[in-house]
Amino acid sequence: MSQGLHMISLTHSPIDYFALTESVRSSQSGAVVLFLGTVREMTDGRRTVALDYEGYPEMAEAKLAELETVARSKWPIDRIGIIHRLGRLELGDISVAVAVSCPHRKQAFEAGQYLIDELKVTVPIWKQENWDDGTTEWVHPGGGNSKP
Amino acid sequence: MLRVKLFAKARDVAGCPMLEIPWKDGQTVSDLKQLLVAQHPGLGPLIPQLLVAINNDYADDGVVIQATDEVACFPPVSGG
Repeated sequence: MSQGLHMISLTHSPIDYFALTESVRSSQSGAVVLFLGTVREMTDGRRTVALDYEGYPEMAEAKLAELETVARSKWPIDRIGIIHRLGRLELGDISVAVAVSCPHRKQAFEAGQYLIDELKVTVPIWKQENWDDGTTEWVHPGGGNSKP
Repeated sequence: MLRVKLFAKARDVAGCPMLEIPWKDGQTVSDLKQLLVAQHPGLGPLIPQLLVAINNDYADDGVVIQATDEVACFPPVSGG
């Protein structure tokens, strides 16, 4: 990869999604899908001023690598690039970028959706809301006590 | 002693990122959860949804933990 990016990584710096996208492009792939998760201002009528992301880096990287393996078993994926940002993010900042390339678009869309959906339930990263009233709140989705 | 990493709300409630729990051979994930609450009662409300990872993989209640394992406990994840 000419940009020196790792295909799967965590970072405390702004995500270079252009470089990430370029890193998955190839002449073998007719379709490239890029997903960007960005910090949203309004959630259920409440106003966010910032999000703090925390990760368990060793396990997060292991789980992301597992996701790549599973996705490759389901779709004819050429290349995958995933970067998740940690630390303080302001409104509009990009928290996660998922780029995937496949021969055809349907495969690329499906693989991209799978990767971001699974990332959100299996990769050990957490966000803390900083609301505009000065309070903070960890986001810990419910859904029972079964393991992801 | 078993060293247990805590993350996110679990770390905030316990007030520290790492706990040391007296550990006996044969004890399980379920035992760990009970011992965590005994040491830090504030963790009690988190237990029903608490996730336990052993050596970077999720583990069910019945799994036996070795004192040398890398163990982490945390609430449901919310990345993305």
